[in-house]
Amino acid sequence: MSTESAPAPQGNVAEEQRPRIAVSALTTNLREYGLIIALIVIMLFFQFTTSGTLFKPVNLSNLVQQNSFIIVMALGMLLVIVSGYIDLSVGSVAGFIGALAANMMVIWQLGPLSNPLVVSIVCLIVGGLIGAAQGYWIAYHRIPSFIVTLAGMLIFRGICQALLGGGSSVGPLPDDFKALSSGFIPDVIGPLTLIPPTVNAAGKTILGSGLTLHMTTVVLGLVAVLAYAYFGLRTRRKRERHGYEAEPFTLFVIKTLVASALALFLVYEFASYRGLPVVLLVMGVLISLFVFVTKRMTVGRRIYAMGGNPKAAQLSGINTERLTLLVFVNMGVLSALGGLIIAARLGQAVPAAGLGSELDVIAAVFIGGASAMGGVGQVIGAVVGGFIMGVMNNGMSIMGVNVDWQQVVKGLVLLGAVIFDVYNKNKA
Amino acid sequence: MTSTILEMRDITKTFPGVKALSNVNLSVEEGDIHAVVGENGAGKSTLMKVLSGVYPAGTYDGQIIFQGQECHFKGIHDSEHKGIVIIHQELALVPMLSIAENIFLGNEHARYGVIDWDENEARTSALLKKVGLREDPKTLITNIGVGKQQLVEIAKALSKEVKLLILDEPTASLSEKDSQALLDLLLEFKRQGMTSILISHKLNEVNRVADKVTVIRDGRTIETLARRDISEDRIITSMVGRSLDDRYPPREPAIGEVVFEVKNWSVYHPIHAERQVIKGIDINVRKGEVVGIAGLMGAGRTEFAMSLFGRSYGRRITGEVLLKGKPVDVSSVSKAVQHGIAYVTEDRKTYGLNLIDHIKHNITLANLGGVSRHSVIDDLRELAVANDYRKKTNIRASSVYQMTGNLSGGNQQKVVLSKWLFADPEVLILDEPTRGIDVGAKYEIYTIIARLAAEGKAIVVISSEMPELLGITDRIYVMNEGRMVGEMPAADASQEKIMRAIVRGEGKAA
Repeated sequence: MSTESAPAPQGNVAEEQRPRIAVSALTTNLREYGLIIALIVIMLFFQFTTSGTLFKPVNLSNLVQQNSFIIVMALGMLLVIVSGYIDLSVGSVAGFIGALAANMMVIWQLGPLSNPLVVSIVCLIVGGLIGAAQGYWIAYHRIPSFIVTLAGMLIFRGICQALLGGGSSVGPLPDDFKALSSGFIPDVIGPLTLIPPTVNAAGKTILGSGLTLHMTTVVLGLVAVLAYAYFGLRTRRKRERHGYEAEPFTLFVIKTLVASALALFLVYEFASYRGLPVVLLVMGVLISLFVFVTKRMTVGRRIYAMGGNPKAAQLSGINTERLTLLVFVNMGVLSALGGLIIAARLGQAVPAAGLGSELDVIAAVFIGGASAMGGVGQVIGAVVGGFIMGVMNNGMSIMGVNVDWQQVVKGLVLLGAVIFDVYNKNKA
Repeated sequence: MTSTILEMRDITKTFPGVKALSNVNLSVEEGDIHAVVGENGAGKSTLMKVLSGVYPAGTYDGQIIFQGQECHFKGIHDSEHKGIVIIHQELALVPMLSIAENIFLGNEHARYGVIDWDENEARTSALLKKVGLREDPKTLITNIGVGKQQLVEIAKALSKEVKLLILDEPTASLSEKDSQALLDLLLEFKRQGMTSILISHKLNEVNRVADKVTVIRDGRTIETLARRDISEDRIITSMVGRSLDDRYPPREPAIGEVVFEVKNWSVYHPIHAERQVIKGIDINVRKGEVVGIAGLMGAGRTEFAMSLFGRSYGRRITGEVLLKGKPVDVSSVSKAVQHGIAYVTEDRKTYGLNLIDHIKHNITLANLGGVSRHSVIDDLRELAVANDYRKKTNIRASSVYQMTGNLSGGNQQKVVLSKWLFADPEVLILDEPTRGIDVGAKYEIYTIIARLAAEGKAIVVISSEMPELLGITDRIYVMNEGRMVGEMPAADASQEKIMRAIVRGEGKAA
């Protein structure tokens, strides 16, 4: 009996594993690829229906500037939702922070404290404190996050309106501050004129001529693409040296080429307008940071574990209370940044700033494939989800679709994306 | 003149891979209290689920004859309609509803959907009188103790015109006084002519009230004893009387000095603050030693282990934990882990694994520091660790990227074990390490335990399977109702001795 049930040695595991990993690498990432493909299809659709307006450099810049705050907040919301919570207060917190910033810069005359940079830093800290205040109840007293942040939503919208003295707005905000949203990075290298502008007899520049590139943007773009390819290749090499194989080389090449081509196309678009919007740079840095934190850092891993099974995480020595608090502090800081971006874009603080944006943010995260049960979701997914929402907003506005119907379409897309996810999961 | 009210003939119930019941026979006389006894997992509850229709007709083989009619229950409604009512071990009451609302839940006296509360409450009062419970029918369930809740369950059963009352471990969570009251109530019902089946492993209780006892072991009926033949010794022999076969890997214990010591450990219930769950326990474990904790379900073993491990259970915890003679702070899980204590849960799905993540991430979760530098995880090192433990513990999976939710019970258990092995503990507490896994995987788990002991770890194994404890441990503590009621070297121990220590509380902890 004992000899029968003794463990049988398992040989040649590595050989068996190879083809399976190749397939699983493709299938596990299918969701992310599918999402990016969906974004591209949606963009092409609107490019067609708006007779080419969508991809005009000026429109792309607008698109980024209009939606960046959603994506910034979606980064925080992703961690909140992966942890198994929800935050309904982000729109109100953003509005409140916008009002606070405007008051500090325009009304209160705080001397050096009214400097836009100082104000921004103070506002981010205040955002963190708001997150801590809400997270405290959620983490240490186990009050459902839905309720705590619903209360926060009411409270901070109220304070926002009170700060703005009822229904009025506060502004105009200093230009230095507005640069956060509507500025472009300075061209330290200098523009490169590819095709000099040709003026026709009527004194107008001929269509197609007058192409000048913002060279700093081009150089930054090229460096980013090369770095992306280099690090991808280096990781592969390292894995190969240790005898592990992730995906077939051809798949890797195709992936890198497609991603680089898309990135370079966007770089070209921005370079041919006024360069890289400042807010896109901020967003890019934040996205990279959050991808790194969620994929590579222990704190990220712990957040996924906590969302996947809080009891098991706790019994594995993870301080789930402190981690929950941290997730909400992070959300608060990013809500504050979102609020600053909104105020900077409008050039003033208005009582309705960020109103209802919590729903757009949450929708972006769910379209991006996060699970309402917690434990599942990717940063890139949330970002692409945010862009899908943004492109639809932008495209439908250009097409002249009524705002009411825009909401209907967005709702259907959200529902469809989640149904697709659930259906896929059940099939697997 | 008695007649047979219930006859279950040749009941066989198979689950995928396991034969839970094979040709079980049970015959109950009208007006009797018929006890069904057996070890945990012997098949008692399964048999009752067959009887009450939880497992509908067609999913088992055999015949059920109730009051002379063959019955094919499709669900619990069918059996209740016939007057067979089962009260489960876990009470099925809604805490935030009143006694009256609970008793008539789903069965309210109503006209056109409008409930007649006066009628309900009047009937409830009558029923409560019958079971001897003096409470206002409007009292919320959450505001009365477990003992009274049990009485409410019985009152609820009585409201259904019960002919055969089945009680599954009714006194498991009751105090001595409440248990006695409940047994008295059963005897009173018997006087009134009701038939009941009592499932229990508290043999003193069985001895007190039962007219007949049927012993079930390994899914088979062993024997049915009449009143005059009932004795604890006879029942114990019958319950455990199987031989130990060669199901355990051989090992040469090399036992060193005392590594782990717990002194005067006491814990109170997290919700019922007045209930003391653990009552002043002392244990010690030596280097290279495998120590077992025997006991029945509800003895407090898991509560003891979890309260030790970062106060993960209970309130008002007092006592001392010593590691190599020095007192250590185990007030949080991470502190306990830092001091080299690991607890492998009995409930791997709820407390052990992130089922929606893969093997690799689960294995490293308790020791992320071991695969990272400056909080940045080294993916390759993590992969190497996961593959290493997969090989060491022989986890059968397509790769370490397989979701743990898709693994079999045995392989899930190996993942949880791997997680704690990677945390490199000095003291390893294993709670029911082989529950719900097949014989082959059990052998593998035993082999891992033996290897860890040989490496000099101090190991505590909590198990309800006595042969397992006898087979793999060096020393056995016996726990009952929050106390250590016995301690014996495994070489001297036997299932009878353990069972005796449990049911009689004889033998004193050293």
